[in-house]
Amino acid sequence: MCSATMTAVATEKLQLLLERAFPEATELKVEDRTGGGDHFHVVVQSASFNGVSLLDQHRRINDALADPLRDGTIHELRITTRGTE
Amino acid sequence: MNDLRQKIQTVIDTEPVALFMKGTPQFVMCGNSDRALRALRAAGAPVTAVDILPDPAIRQELSSLSGWPTIPQVFVKGELIGGADIVEELASDGELEQKLADALGPDYRSERAETVVSV
Repeated sequence: MCSATMTAVATEKLQLLLERAFPEATELKVEDRTGGGDHFHVVVQSASFNGVSLLDQHRRINDALADPLRDGTIHELRITTRGTE
Repeated sequence: MNDLRQKIQTVIDTEPVALFMKGTPQFVMCGNSDRALRALRAAGAPVTAVDILPDPAIRQELSSLSGWPTIPQVFVKGELIGGADIVEELASDGELEQKLADALGPDYRSERAETVVSV
């Protein structure tokens, strides 16, 4: 498999995991920061983050992405979360 | 509790500001660790850094202790603050300085010293 395809697969996989974990999200984005398929920036806006501490918001992203974090799919992860208020 | 885990826990419990990072403040080996370090420096935090790279077991034990999967990890007075994104975000609106002042006292800058400890 060529690397461009690998990259798309990884991005898609992360997108799917986040969509599953945050079906109510009003914004959900996975950006491959370097084009290498292992440095990602994810952005999630969800009403379920309202009133939740930043630490716990990020914990929920980490939980949703636990598998790709563990198996090395994600080498570096940046997280941006916000509520809707 | 094994020896390494105990050492990590001791650093978290006893250092005012503990930064678990890839590399050292003098030789940072990862972009996110660098971002966290810069944010802490800008806030005048007395950083105690632990390089997790020498032994993969350090990261394993740390993440199992903290429940946080990624590096860097920042602790203030034993409490997990978060990774690079959170520390940066808190620093940008002055919340980090407030947190440091609340946890360490208003004069926390006077004890400013960057140290490196190994576990």
